[in-house]
Amino acid sequence: MPAVSPLCIGVVRKIKARFQNRVGAGIFQPYRDLWKLFHKDEVISEDASWIFKCAPYLIFSTTVIIGASIPLFTTIFSINVLGDLLVVIYLIALGTFFLALAGMDVGSAFGGFGSSREMTVAALTEGGLMFSILVPAFSAHSTNLFAISGAVASFSFFAFAPMILALAAFIIAMLAETGRFPFDNPATHLELTMIHEAMVLEYSGKRLALIEWAAANKFFIFLALGANLFFPWGMSSSERLGDVPLALILFFAKILAFSVFVAVLESTIVKFRFFRLPDLLFTSFILSIIAMSLTI
Amino acid sequence: MVLSKNDRLANWWGNSFAILGSCVGLLFSLSVLIIGSTFSFNIDSTLPLLSLSFSVDKLSAFFIFLISLIALLASIYALGYVKHYYKKYNIGALGFFYNIFLAGMVMVVSAHNALFFLIVWEIMSLASYFLVIYENKEKENVQAGSLYFIMTHVGTAFITLAFLLLYRSTGSLDFGVIKETIGNSSPLIADTVFILALIGFGTKAGIIPFHIWLPNAHPAAPSHVSALMSGVMIKTGIYMFIRMFMDMLPDAPLWWGVVILILGAISSLFGVLYALTEHDIKRLLAYHSIENIGIILLGLGSSLVFWSLDMKPLAVLSLVAALFHTLNHAIFKALLFLGAGSVISQTHTRNMEEYGGLIKYMPQTALFFLAGSMAISALPPLNGFFSEWMTFQSLFSGIMASNVPVRWVFILAAGSLAFTGGLAAMCFVKAFGVTFLARPRSENVRHARESGFALRVGMAVLAALTLVIGFTAGSITNAVSGVVSDLSAFNSSEPAFFSTIQTVGMRNGFASISMPLILASLIVTMALTFFAVYLVSRNRKTKIGRTWDCGTTLGPRMEITATGFSNSIVTIFRGALKPTKQTSIEYRDEDMRYFQKSSTVELGIQDIYNRYFYQPVHMLTIKASEYMKRIQSGNINMYVLYILAILIALLFASGM
Repeated sequence: MPAVSPLCIGVVRKIKARFQNRVGAGIFQPYRDLWKLFHKDEVISEDASWIFKCAPYLIFSTTVIIGASIPLFTTIFSINVLGDLLVVIYLIALGTFFLALAGMDVGSAFGGFGSSREMTVAALTEGGLMFSILVPAFSAHSTNLFAISGAVASFSFFAFAPMILALAAFIIAMLAETGRFPFDNPATHLELTMIHEAMVLEYSGKRLALIEWAAANKFFIFLALGANLFFPWGMSSSERLGDVPLALILFFAKILAFSVFVAVLESTIVKFRFFRLPDLLFTSFILSIIAMSLTI
Repeated sequence: MVLSKNDRLANWWGNSFAILGSCVGLLFSLSVLIIGSTFSFNIDSTLPLLSLSFSVDKLSAFFIFLISLIALLASIYALGYVKHYYKKYNIGALGFFYNIFLAGMVMVVSAHNALFFLIVWEIMSLASYFLVIYENKEKENVQAGSLYFIMTHVGTAFITLAFLLLYRSTGSLDFGVIKETIGNSSPLIADTVFILALIGFGTKAGIIPFHIWLPNAHPAAPSHVSALMSGVMIKTGIYMFIRMFMDMLPDAPLWWGVVILILGAISSLFGVLYALTEHDIKRLLAYHSIENIGIILLGLGSSLVFWSLDMKPLAVLSLVAALFHTLNHAIFKALLFLGAGSVISQTHTRNMEEYGGLIKYMPQTALFFLAGSMAISALPPLNGFFSEWMTFQSLFSGIMASNVPVRWVFILAAGSLAFTGGLAAMCFVKAFGVTFLARPRSENVRHARESGFALRVGMAVLAALTLVIGFTAGSITNAVSGVVSDLSAFNSSEPAFFSTIQTVGMRNGFASISMPLILASLIVTMALTFFAVYLVSRNRKTKIGRTWDCGTTLGPRMEITATGFSNSIVTIFRGALKPTKQTSIEYRDEDMRYFQKSSTVELGIQDIYNRYFYQPVHMLTIKASEYMKRIQSGNINMYVLYILAILIALLFASGM
């Protein structure tokens, strides 16, 4: 999973570049960046404590664990007890918690405001994220993510009206969690608007590489969740080895489609003012509640 | 003990006595929990109706265990903490009231007679009142104490009324007899008792809108007492909720549970929002107690709802969630208050804006406080996450199992719990970040030293407990469900969950969780990551440099403040919080007003409970008293006439 996540970032950047009439870097550029960062010297602030030094490892680990516990191309691992919806959401929160602490640790004016904004957005996103996934969970009678995608695949056509609402709610929550337009601009270092970049401003070298990689993982996790919870067709549900290549190809096609969607969305809308974001997040929460009242 | 003039001696005596008492309590409660026999004894006194009657079943034993555990660690902590009161205050008095307070709490959860209960309840309240006003050289502490005194007695008045009603309908004050005979009386009486008890015990538990004393009184007390008040004393309210609604009173109607669910949702969400606006570290923690009482009530309320819908297995699940969160909250809240106490004893201020960078001066305290912060923010793999997970499961089951009007209550409760979790994490990023990280913001911090040995032992054990309870959650769930099934209401019901050492899950396959696996996978992946990164970039150097701040000199004012951190969320919720801003400017030239000498801006939030509820009640009482004054003319003849009139009226009344 960590092996392919930078590719998604590369694809999104490439498409955005084409929209802006640029050629753009190749889609493998994020790998080269990571390689370069891992082989650079590092500068650490004299104010930083062990929280700043350990946080990248912890954040990266949480994304790897989540990546291992969500459905990717098969639904047969449903005995996986880490695949519980609440465990995944609170592991994400664990990463965010330490990222925000690391942002405050160096005591620069940017880091603190980045943390404040990040936690504001994260706190308000949690309701929408949890409830949008609860909609298929209640239909599937399980909060295990593998069981959900297994059950959604066998839904009848009419069961899908609430799922569309839930998908809309999920996409809003996803854009907020992964720091994309209209919540945050992943390509900016403008002090007035940055959220994620403000927190990681003081990182360099191997720790910056870990943080960047973790952000790519998180993006990939949300793409995979969106693809497999709401469009689970084509996942291999048996243990036959013959199904796996086809399922893998389909999975990457879905991820690619989702990446293209995010890139197009980012190129066509503008970033919102910070105080308009809560409206969007509450919309996400209310959409999922409506969807939930339709399903049960 | 009170007479002891030597500070050191008084401290040792007072706290050793408390430690001894807690150890006895711990052993005793464990024996009841493990052996499972009910322990009771009765001493009849010469006064009618009053008997010193104790009865300890598993529920009481659970709470005695909680009280003793926290009291033990708080007393060890106090051995070191009380030192900074030497020569300033009377140490003997502190020890005296501290021990009375502990004894009062233990007797409250084991009393078996209403009158005796009221007496020990008063002992507990009064002892804690004297502890709140212990630092009586500061005027606000005395004010906070008065508010606490008034509110707790209003609560006691409601409780007394509830017990008198029960006495009227059953003819007894003994809890056992009330339980046997209350079934015969009308549901109206049970409903009235429910409302009276809800207000009375709710005041002690700090449910919004009866919470106004809590954020003032808890910070005023010495820190180890705050830990006990926040961690344990408010739980006696929860204990009496369970004792009365699920043990003594007959089958609960549906609306009782719904009311408690709604109160829980409001308390948790607003508790954490108010906490976000605070920059006094102990007030912030006090507001989080309100939030966590709300979460406990969500479990308790859903349990009552399931009970009335005759879904006993789910009711057991919810009550286990509530009790587990009670245990967890006691541990991490005590830990946080003790951590705050260590910081305060070093910096001599409760204002978070004057902290900063303490992690370099007090590294161990910082680590313990971090453990508490993670636990209260419900982050895996610590204990807070597990009980919140169980509470979520009971709310989800409620959404699936109930019908339309009640289902909406469950949906809103689950929504408020989801937002509460996120906001609590934000609040503790603020509390930990502003206190311990970055650079010192005032001179006080630079003189701070790591706290003494006794203080660290108290905190270290609690911090270890947050981790241990986290990964042994399965076994502890079994123990707690043993407590629940001991209640007569749930005697024969299978719980809706299974729990082994490894996994806890719902029997219907809805969800399952493995806390040890989460911990193990975190440790393993972190170790692997660390090793891999070391292999790749082991030849790289690490330089220490200054934080980049656009080339300006770094000052403490460049860091984010606690107020600034939460300003955006306060702005977003301005409709509910009603922030206020007061600007006052002083000029050098008073008449022309061109040159400012100083300007201050005061940010705060409106106290809507005082303004819209307590003030009107206060005004009404004053007005009513004004009317009553008219009949008191001061003329003796007039009073004799009153007596005569009443006498005649009574004669007629009894004649008819």
